[in-house]
Amino acid sequence: MDSMRRIQILSRRSFVVSAAATFCLPSALARAGSPAASVLERTPQFEDEFKKRVGQANPASGSIILDLPEIAENGNFVPITVTVDSPMSDADYIKTIHILSTSNPVAHVATFHLSPLNAMARVQSRMRLAKTQEVIALAEQSNGSMLIATALVKVTIGGCAS
Amino acid sequence: MTVATKPRIKLPDTVKPGDVIEIKTLVTHVMETGNRKDKDGNPIPRDILNTFVAKFGNAVVFRAELGPGISANPYISFQMRVPGPGTFEFAWTDDQGTTTVETTTLNVV
Repeated sequence: MDSMRRIQILSRRSFVVSAAATFCLPSALARAGSPAASVLERTPQFEDEFKKRVGQANPASGSIILDLPEIAENGNFVPITVTVDSPMSDADYIKTIHILSTSNPVAHVATFHLSPLNAMARVQSRMRLAKTQEVIALAEQSNGSMLIATALVKVTIGGCAS
Repeated sequence: MTVATKPRIKLPDTVKPGDVIEIKTLVTHVMETGNRKDKDGNPIPRDILNTFVAKFGNAVVFRAELGPGISANPYISFQMRVPGPGTFEFAWTDDQGTTTVETTTLNVV
């Protein structure tokens, strides 16, 4: 009985290992093939949406923090927080924050409009993720310049066709 | 689908003018994406709350455009510096144009 149990555990473990190897292999190959290119696919709709929001600006990273879990067990409810380091004064504030998903059926997740009344550029919500993908946060400053942050979320169970 | 239950708003119990506070809002809604099918294979039409507006007094302090990528029962939180006593008015508008409004008075001491 005891040995039977051990065999079962072993076979399950070896299955997990082989399954992981199968899933990891294509991405490892893709990475080796083109080191600069992103491993994850981005939908054409995302590329359009991204161009539309960014325009001619060259977004900088650093003073914007996109907080998402590394692993989302349930893609239907993924907590998201965007915080931008900004004085939020009349002269220098964050006008808008966009959330874009790279692989959801609809790329545009949300746009938040802020003003100096907010005193702090920080918004929270919950989003859907159809599968493992990158999420992009874009912040537009009052002087027109853009900030960008990217987060990769591994999704265990996808949010049904978001 | 209209909003079935009263939206929930979480504010600090007491605030002073000048404080920066977090406003948490939660509203009940399916946020149907339009990509799903029912059990007979017919597409379920999109039905989401697409706009959220928060006013304090007469000033719009926060506004959001929501897509189907926002989870069911949308939770949104944002910050505000308290200018003085006043009342919040929160409004959610769905794809049919129906607006749900909730007002909450801020307890300024």
